[in-house]
Amino acid sequence: MKAAAMKAIGALLLATASYPAFAQDLSAPLPEDSPVETVDSAAGERDIVITDEAAWSDIGIAIPAFATDRERATPANEAGTGALGREIARVITANLRNNGLFKPVGPDSLPQPAFAAVRAPTYATWSGQGAEMLVQGYVTARDDGRLVVGCYLYDVQLQQQLVREGWVVAPGDWRRAAHKCSDLIFSRLTGESPFFDSRIAYIAETGPKDRRVKRLAVMDSDGANHRFLTLGSATALTPRYSPDYSKILYLSYVDGNPRIYVYDIGSGKQTLVTENKNPTIAPRWSPDGKSILFSMAVAGNTDIYRIPATGGTAIKLTDSPGIDVGGSYSPDGTKIVFESDRSGSQQCYVMDADGKNQKRISFFGGRCATPEWSPRGDQIAFTRIAGDFNVAVMNTGGGGVRVLTKGWQDEAPTWAPNGRIIQFFRTEKNTGRSGIWQVDLTGQNERRLPTPVDASDPAWGPIRP
Amino acid sequence: MNTKLATILLLASATGLAACSKKAPETTPPPPLTTPTTAPTATPTSTPNGPAIGTQAHFAQAVGSSTTIYFDTDRYNVDTQDAAALQAQAQYFARYPQITFTIEGHADERGTREYNLALGERRANAAKAYLVSLGVDPNRISVLSYGKERPVALASNEAAWAQNRRAASVIIN
Repeated sequence: MKAAAMKAIGALLLATASYPAFAQDLSAPLPEDSPVETVDSAAGERDIVITDEAAWSDIGIAIPAFATDRERATPANEAGTGALGREIARVITANLRNNGLFKPVGPDSLPQPAFAAVRAPTYATWSGQGAEMLVQGYVTARDDGRLVVGCYLYDVQLQQQLVREGWVVAPGDWRRAAHKCSDLIFSRLTGESPFFDSRIAYIAETGPKDRRVKRLAVMDSDGANHRFLTLGSATALTPRYSPDYSKILYLSYVDGNPRIYVYDIGSGKQTLVTENKNPTIAPRWSPDGKSILFSMAVAGNTDIYRIPATGGTAIKLTDSPGIDVGGSYSPDGTKIVFESDRSGSQQCYVMDADGKNQKRISFFGGRCATPEWSPRGDQIAFTRIAGDFNVAVMNTGGGGVRVLTKGWQDEAPTWAPNGRIIQFFRTEKNTGRSGIWQVDLTGQNERRLPTPVDASDPAWGPIRP
Repeated sequence: MNTKLATILLLASATGLAACSKKAPETTPPPPLTTPTTAPTATPTSTPNGPAIGTQAHFAQAVGSSTTIYFDTDRYNVDTQDAAALQAQAQYFARYPQITFTIEGHADERGTREYNLALGERRANAAKAYLVSLGVDPNRISVLSYGKERPVALASNEAAWAQNRRAASVIIN
């Protein structure tokens, strides 16, 4: 599960007895919102790989407050590192509970282990609580203000440590440590890839149905750290995070016409994806972030184009008199699934990345729109239009269609980084109000995400480096 | 209030009926025009009892409901009723050659967002192409798609969706 960018320094922890000692060895200053530094990669034996979701959803996990070696002030929590340790355990508990994973019991109904017990749990206490698994951890503040968060997963019955890891984070990134710990637990117990430490770009909506104000917004995978990126004076639509989270592609009416802009998050600078008088819609990144797909209408006919992310010449990939729009790369970048009405109604097609071998794959009877290739490569999520609008998945040949939602208008699926969860937006009949929802690949655990205002067009980014 | 409103309604429905008829209207001049100048000045001038030339209100008064044409679900073809409306528009634009305008293409809410943006663009271009075929200079016409972002009818039923599947001509001042 380790991302290549994560710096593993497991030997340090093994070689040192006290936490502050090993923590001081990791003194390289990191910019805010920097990659999370891994300080302990020592993993337990991966002899338990459970893939049956029904089985692992029943595992009881106790998540007591993370301990601290000594109470210290930190910008992450005005009450100090002790209170922060409790907050971290709460975030982990909410992550697992909200996604229907396991049966977590959080810090507010559990005894709090002492700092020394983090690495040597009192198993009798936890088996008495009925817990099968135990998550313990610590948070310490370094002299430079950075936080060290350790995360340990124990099997209570086997009285054995399954996995542990630690991270150095800036105080403002303390939630990322909680998400990394959630991912560690999730991956160790399910054998699946992580997804909690990721962000979502979306459109925040306010105002009446005929004059909706639509703003570009971003948030963490659990809805925290919400931020508006545009003011709302111009309608913003269909954002997509770049694979490295440095940029967002989105559509804006800022010059009066629908056009795709590249928004550089660091500088706030916005540039047109292509200098052109024609409207450009439906922006997408290639998996390596080096290319951008977009759709452009010329004299009313919309086709799909590709352009280098750094600018240059656009290459036309489709050339039909119908509307060809959208496009989503396979994870290996060799193929693109897109929608076209060249047959008379919206259907899904697959082509090679250079536009060759265009072939319709959807033949289920209804219409197929907004196809998105799973990060695992084996499934395509799409909007199935057959009376109502529902989110469905199919295999890459168009077979095995499974409908996952039952709303009146569920639209525009986006995949979690591990391909196990799908988010989409649901619009209410008559009022036009919208919200972001998510559902498991199994069709279970449907829930609405908390957003400050109405929300649509979610785009889930990859696991953060 | 009653008489004034009634008069406006009567005027509006009279022009509307004329524009909606299957037969192309022979003339749709606004009744209170002072002198039908062949080369009006670029700046809007007021008519005694009506809106200024170069305004949307003046255009609407002249062609009535023909400012907008409507489409079937997922379609963009100009049918006979649309053709009559566009002929009314073409006459107006021939009469006032200094006026430029935008055709705004729209879709109903029962479509996915990106497809609807493309569909609105296609509808606006279909209207533009028809106007050009009637002699309107293409350089006077901009097109703009709003997809499903700007409905005029707010309910979620077939009657509302029929009103929202439209291409509306809007005067640029």
